[in-house]
Amino acid sequence: MRFTLNGKRASVRAHPMARLLDVLRETCHLTGTKEGCGEGECGACTVLIDGLPVNSCLVPFAQVDGARVTTIEGLGGKHPLQHAFVEFGGAQCGICTPGMIMAAVALGPKPSTPEMQTGLAGNLCRCTGYSAIYRSIRAANRGTASLKARTTTGRKKR
Amino acid sequence: MPRRAVGTNVLRKEGVEKVTGRARYLDDLSFPNLLYGRTIRSTVPAGDIAAIRYDFDRTGFTVVDYHDVPGQNFVALIEEDQPCLVEKTVRHAAEPVVLLAHEDRETLAQAVVHIDYRATAPNYDPERSTRSFKNISIDKGDIERGLAEADLVVEGEYRVGHQEQLYIEPNGVIAVPEGSRRITVYGSMQCPYYVHRALKVLLGFSDDQVRVVQTETGGGFGGKEEYPSMIAGHAALLALKSGRPVKLVYDRVEDLLATTKRHPAVIRHRTGVKRDGRLTAIDIDAVFDGGAYATLSAVVLSRGMIHASGPYRCDHVRIRGRAMMTNTPPNGAFRGFGAPQSQFAAEVHMDRVAERLAIDAVRLREINAFKPGDTTATGQKLGEDCSALAVLREAVKRTRFKQKRRALKGTGRGIGLSLFFHGSGFTGSGELKLGSKASLALTERGANILVASTEIGQGTRTMLAQIAADTLGMPYDAIDVNDADTKVVPDSGPTVASRTCMIVGRLVQHAARDLKARLGPLTPKQYLRKHGPLTVTAQYEKPGEISWDDATYRGDAYESYGWGCDVVEVQVDPVTWQVTPTAFTTVHEIGRAIHPGLARGQIEGGSAQGLGYAILEDVVMRDGRMANCQLTNYIIPTTLDTPAIDVVLIENPYPRGPFGAKGVGEMPIDGPAPAVVNAIRHAGVDVRDIPATPEKIMAACASR
Amino acid sequence: MPPVIRHRQLLDPRSLGDALAMLRDEESVMPLAGCTDVYVSLNFGTLKPTRFMNLWRLNELRGIDRHDGRLRIGALTTYTELIRSPLVNRALPMLVMAAREIGGRQIQHRGTIGGNVANASPAGDTLPVLAVADAAVELRSASGTREVPFRSFYTGYRQTVARPDEVIAAFYIAPVAGTQWFRKVGTRAAQAISKVVVAGVAGPAPRLAAGSVAPTVVRLSGTEAALARRATASDVERAVLDDIAPIDDVRSTAEYRRRVAANLVAQFVHETRVRVSSRRR
Repeated sequence: MRFTLNGKRASVRAHPMARLLDVLRETCHLTGTKEGCGEGECGACTVLIDGLPVNSCLVPFAQVDGARVTTIEGLGGKHPLQHAFVEFGGAQCGICTPGMIMAAVALGPKPSTPEMQTGLAGNLCRCTGYSAIYRSIRAANRGTASLKARTTTGRKKR
Repeated sequence: MPRRAVGTNVLRKEGVEKVTGRARYLDDLSFPNLLYGRTIRSTVPAGDIAAIRYDFDRTGFTVVDYHDVPGQNFVALIEEDQPCLVEKTVRHAAEPVVLLAHEDRETLAQAVVHIDYRATAPNYDPERSTRSFKNISIDKGDIERGLAEADLVVEGEYRVGHQEQLYIEPNGVIAVPEGSRRITVYGSMQCPYYVHRALKVLLGFSDDQVRVVQTETGGGFGGKEEYPSMIAGHAALLALKSGRPVKLVYDRVEDLLATTKRHPAVIRHRTGVKRDGRLTAIDIDAVFDGGAYATLSAVVLSRGMIHASGPYRCDHVRIRGRAMMTNTPPNGAFRGFGAPQSQFAAEVHMDRVAERLAIDAVRLREINAFKPGDTTATGQKLGEDCSALAVLREAVKRTRFKQKRRALKGTGRGIGLSLFFHGSGFTGSGELKLGSKASLALTERGANILVASTEIGQGTRTMLAQIAADTLGMPYDAIDVNDADTKVVPDSGPTVASRTCMIVGRLVQHAARDLKARLGPLTPKQYLRKHGPLTVTAQYEKPGEISWDDATYRGDAYESYGWGCDVVEVQVDPVTWQVTPTAFTTVHEIGRAIHPGLARGQIEGGSAQGLGYAILEDVVMRDGRMANCQLTNYIIPTTLDTPAIDVVLIENPYPRGPFGAKGVGEMPIDGPAPAVVNAIRHAGVDVRDIPATPEKIMAACASR
Repeated sequence: MPPVIRHRQLLDPRSLGDALAMLRDEESVMPLAGCTDVYVSLNFGTLKPTRFMNLWRLNELRGIDRHDGRLRIGALTTYTELIRSPLVNRALPMLVMAAREIGGRQIQHRGTIGGNVANASPAGDTLPVLAVADAAVELRSASGTREVPFRSFYTGYRQTVARPDEVIAAFYIAPVAGTQWFRKVGTRAAQAISKVVVAGVAGPAPRLAAGSVAPTVVRLSGTEAALARRATASDVERAVLDDIAPIDDVRSTAEYRRRVAANLVAQFVHETRVRVSSRRR
């Protein structure tokens, strides 16, 4: 299948009925997109296809032929939403975060609270109660998220 | 000591990884030569296994049953009753019987195993059960005298259902063998040392033959407190038998079907009260449904019963609780751990008492709420860190509760309130028995925190680093937090019971003081060059004044308590009987917020879970198993189901807490359900059983 | 968890003609549109078919336009496309209301109206709308085209009149006179399967259809007759209860569905000001 993946042309071989989620995670080694339910309820597997958020656990690989697919890795780590989710508590355990950010990307500029609620109704978060997610999105849109580039993760493995 | 990190919203330690997709959760990991595991589970709720038939080509398969257990076939926790794999007798549906592994997932999924049973009659009713996991009695004063002194005695019966933790990342582990006498298990978990101990027992291994490493964990909420010991045991057995790494990950259906849930309960209150509103007697009887094996029922019941009379002064209290066995999957830890159940009953009952007395719901609570100097049901004398009245008054004022109670009457809308408290740390002598440790190792830049406390979203790494940084007088960025790897970190106890900040944070603080003293005037780099490596360890010491008697259940149940008050406004739709929470305010006193943003995150998240518990989350059991084991049918709140959550944090520093902090993780989930049900009552509907689904609201309206 | 797919085959036609030829010539092929239902079954391991046909490339099955005075909606039209279509918003706003309440954005961007109808669940949210609009279903095969009135499309629980060699190509809706009304009562505020879903068109001869209250979507003909003859509110309620046959299931109870269906009809009557008799019995 030939498609555009995170801005680059990709040519990937997989069973045409393989879930896009599995092709991304296992064939393309992009594990940022997560599986939470396998039934299109939790949105943890959200990616963009031609700019539209979809549940990649429900997309057959054959159907991305010629399409533009964007995953969390495609945001490059410098998207204002990414900075804001760190600074304003939008991410706690983080498992819903990649899907949540991709869905938030598709909300468009300066969404109102009802627009955020409707636009993110397909993304379940069990940690935050959603409030900090709205705060993060608002901050990203105000341009007030200012993450200094961090080179250390603050974690050690011995 | 210059305070620069504590009290500020420093950036989360692993935040960048989480927002870029670089954080590695268990299912993101792979190992060379990997096998995939699968669990074959019982399909009957009770009976004996008559035969097992493997109806597939076994080439390439590893098959494990109880015969393959090298050590002892039980999941070590409190009792020794839960087998890791069924030997003969099945006690619940979805009980693990046989394990399979294969390198091809499709071949693995298509293997057919037939199990024949001699089914026996299951019991699903905890009140009809004859097997008790635990009985608890709490007595204060003389209950008969208290009831005799009352002008009015009010009775009530309240029911709470199961609740599923619903971490968005399902359970999963990878077991990697090293020869036949060493194993490492990586996994999504809250308590690496629980898993470590369980594996030693199951495999007959010693301390250094088992290594457990927590991977980035996508939510726990108690659901990954004890269950990982089971799944880790399964993966380890497969790994040792095959000699290859085994990845065992549940999909959502299996996770819902087979893993632990919050204990359902029936709680009965009989309350004696004077005409002027003073409580004279609190008499409580509680039956908790433990499921098929003991797991943590004894401690859930314990915490539940200690909180059962609510944050109220009363000279005569009798609390009787029992956790009973039923033929359903074992219930276990879930945020709150017995207190959401018992405080649901207590707070709904308080409103009923107020109604019967014709006293305002706030007034009744003001009269009876704990004040410093009062004693609890277990005889614990409360000190200045008691803020029951403060949170109540702030919540009532902020929400204009009394005016709204009058204004909303008869409109189909309602406003309700709940007052609650939550002890931090393990009950009674639990912390002493744990003997938790925390270590701090000097690094070139600063220090590395070595604890078994896990980051599961609540901010453990961040909060402990803040405490260490300020105590050491070093920048927050100079502090690292090691992965929770039992090979490297000491046993800091489990990441549960709202203890990670108050207990483990305090240990980190002590270790940091010690490290700072040893450093003297040298920088870390200078010290290392001059003296070599340096690690200091602090161990839990019981604060002298605290005393608890396990035999009589009397004394200081917890070092300190958090205090909370929730106010909820609801709308009840007359066409569909659906309840919509339209406004939510919560006032919390948690000592001091080490990281205000993280504390707020716990309160907002726990409150949302509490709202789900109140009206949405329904575990439908049929024939002893969860019939709605899909996210389509077990529903948690979406964005559109969750109102704005107004949070007020009151600070009242706790002298023995690190920088004044107490616990916060669990308390937020204690308050919403009773506040919602009290609001529904105010809107004119009497329900006493959660989840208060539209079907129940409809039935309650019909029986009016 | 990756599903079992190795033994499954996906035919991938480039044109509708090729697709129809495949359906004629190949054995037992299941068409795949947005997959928002089918892939759930695949993920759960309950999907039995092994041969599938991808419809996603077939633009002939897309498009919303006017055709001889009727609104034509291609079967592959997604819920998002329905929501964003000026034509649909003008002519069939109740279909937009239904589309907005299906799943969340992710489902709306992939799920299709043809898939909703072909899936044949009694809970399908567009079904009461199509029933009450008296839509026509265009079925195409290699041997030709036929139109089936929506009320004849379902013959039983998850059974349709479509032949194995046919594909739903489009829906045709004649202009609907009268205020359109739609309400879905789900298990929660969003991303919910309906417990009861009702679509209605007001006017001197009101039309009503409901989902999740019987093995198929149902036109509430008895209720329509009662409303047309301006029966009393309690007669209307009785007619609703006679028109439906809900069951208890894992999501709700028959009794709840009965009471709510009756309440929804009453709400429809009230909100669209359908005239009922004010005489009590």
